[in-house]
Amino acid sequence: MTTMTDPPSGGFRLSQLIYDSRYRSLTIQTVAMVLIMVLAFMLVSNIQTNLQAAGKDFDFGFLDRPAGYRIDPALIEYDIVNSTHARAALVGIVNTLVVAFLGCILATVIGVFAGVLRLSKNWLISRLMSVYVEGFRNVPLLLWIVAIYAVVTEGLSPPRAFKTGDAEMWFNESVALTNRYLTIPAPVLENGSTILLAIIAICFVLVVFFRKFARKKQEATGEILPVFWISLAIMVIPALLAYFVLGRPVSLDYPELGGFNFSGGIQIGAPMMALTLALALYTGAFIAEIVRAGILAVSKGQSEAAFALGLRPGRTMNLVILPQALRVIIPPMISQFLNLTKNSSLALAVGYNDVRATLGGTTINLTGKELEGTILLGLFYLALSLLISGVFNVYNNRVKLKER
Amino acid sequence: MKNTVLFGALAAAGLVAGAAQADTLGDVTDRGTLNCGVSTGLVGFAAPDANGVWQGFDVGVCRAVAAAVLGDPNAVNFVPTTGQTRFTALASGEVDMLARNTTWTFSRDTDLSFEFVGVNYYDGQGFMVPRDLGVSSAKELDGATVCIQTGTTTELNLADFFRVNNIEYTAVPIETNAEAQQQYLAGACDVYTTDASGLAATRATFEAPGDHVLLPEIVSKEPLGPLVRHGDNEWGDVVRWTLNALISAEELGVTSANVSELAGAAGDNPEVNRLLGTEGELGSYIGLDADWAARAIAAGGNYGELFEDNIGENTPIGLARGLNAQWTDGGLLYSPPFR
Repeated sequence: MTTMTDPPSGGFRLSQLIYDSRYRSLTIQTVAMVLIMVLAFMLVSNIQTNLQAAGKDFDFGFLDRPAGYRIDPALIEYDIVNSTHARAALVGIVNTLVVAFLGCILATVIGVFAGVLRLSKNWLISRLMSVYVEGFRNVPLLLWIVAIYAVVTEGLSPPRAFKTGDAEMWFNESVALTNRYLTIPAPVLENGSTILLAIIAICFVLVVFFRKFARKKQEATGEILPVFWISLAIMVIPALLAYFVLGRPVSLDYPELGGFNFSGGIQIGAPMMALTLALALYTGAFIAEIVRAGILAVSKGQSEAAFALGLRPGRTMNLVILPQALRVIIPPMISQFLNLTKNSSLALAVGYNDVRATLGGTTINLTGKELEGTILLGLFYLALSLLISGVFNVYNNRVKLKER
Repeated sequence: MKNTVLFGALAAAGLVAGAAQADTLGDVTDRGTLNCGVSTGLVGFAAPDANGVWQGFDVGVCRAVAAAVLGDPNAVNFVPTTGQTRFTALASGEVDMLARNTTWTFSRDTDLSFEFVGVNYYDGQGFMVPRDLGVSSAKELDGATVCIQTGTTTELNLADFFRVNNIEYTAVPIETNAEAQQQYLAGACDVYTTDASGLAATRATFEAPGDHVLLPEIVSKEPLGPLVRHGDNEWGDVVRWTLNALISAEELGVTSANVSELAGAAGDNPEVNRLLGTEGELGSYIGLDADWAARAIAAGGNYGELFEDNIGENTPIGLARGLNAQWTDGGLLYSPPFR
């Protein structure tokens, strides 16, 4: 004899919202949503009340007003009289991008070298790299930035020491390293330099084709061409020939010591050097560990197999280990690049005019638009970070394991 | 997701905007301490001494206000602010008032929504260079590298001065006076420019002050004074009249030495009586008791005493009264009457 139990009839009861698993998640989501909206409303109304109490409005009109303060270095045109706060922000953005770009490249180079060398069988080298990695990884970045800047400003000579002969220029009076900047000769393009640039561009294209050809040949016949030396020759020899045939169309503008400073040439400011170097060394230490982890993640059998085939250690590293390690390395590298970019906002500590110092510093100070300025600054870093991770995700998709 | 980011940004900014309430006097009384924004360290104006106690000319104004409002000149919480953080600190309510070598300008008074309550030091922007540079005028500074504090009027004056004189310069932006001093001494800049009083105070702390000269040009007007938030007039009145009480006290000969005696009983001079509360009830008009001004003066002395003790000619900073003398001595200090 069986008893049939009817499904509970009767209408919907309120307690079902909590005890019935069909409705429970919906309940929780609704409550969470309401809470978030209440919180948001409180924040916004709090801001409105406080802005009103402080007699301030919320608008971005300040961006169109003339800034009136000086920004060094300004890599895009910036006129102290007419340029607006928007332009000042743009100058800062360019400065941020320059430091972030150079820092990322330098950090990658340093990190890859240190990571590979830390696995070296040479006791001294691997220990030295351990000291570097642990030293930079475990001390706050701000301290390194300030320390490196202090070494530059306190350790090197001011420009006037070059006048009195207390300090000397290098490389036949063409390069001077002062405590304010590194000054190097600037190339000056004269008549015929366009032809020279065109020739260099053509050579570059040739190199790309040659490398494709060499690769095909290797795949077809197994014969390996000395790609590096031939590429170098293609790049250098025609350019050198053209340079002399065209009558040396590119000359150098040497820095000269004026009243207070060197004039002419290119000057790379001490704040920028210190900041870039500190960012690169700091992030490089993290990248070194990522690279080391990536290499260790490739099974030992891979290198043993490569050795068994008779590949030398260098080729084993380049052709077998690194391509596989890259799959492990790239994703955490992206977040290191993002870190470096955002950390560049510590520039103010050494007086480098990045976007945090112009838009987020002086502009806010002059206009009193803390809220607007901070929002813009946040949006800029957000956009930049998303852009960087987007670009690297595309690259990651290209190198990651293809599963078919 | 987009909304989350926006709310996050709003939340962060909301914290900065903070709670700006209109009853600062009540808040200070309830709290029992005065939050006073000062500089991060400028000897003579505001700097902690060897025992960690804040001393200086601007600090004296803070203490006078605390004595007037709370009855205790030591009930002050000093908040060090840089040129860049000071206005945010005041606008957000983190400090109740700023006494921080801040120049009274049109845009700060109006656009930034602050209220300057007066001038406690009439200053002007000057330049300091090492003596061995052989420079005798600011107009010879073509091509020089200049150390400058960010977020200050000096930053803008400098741009104007060099533009008018058609000469070039490179600016090194610096956050605090201490950093500027270090950069200047290391030779990372040829010139340090700020208010002349600040230059004198900075030079006084050098090992060899004689190796540095102040150039003769004073390129701007820099009326420095305490300021409060716009819109809280009661609190503005308290700070304004405390400053005026210090200035009037000097004019009327009330000093920290004789103030308790004079405040004990009404004397011959009706203005002194009104100031010290032995006649009339001026204190109640600004929500304080009758002895408020007597306490403010007893805290660190009248304006002249504060000046002489902290930055005057007998201190290492050695500033002359100059424009900051009483109007009766040919200066600009002129307190409205206590009536």
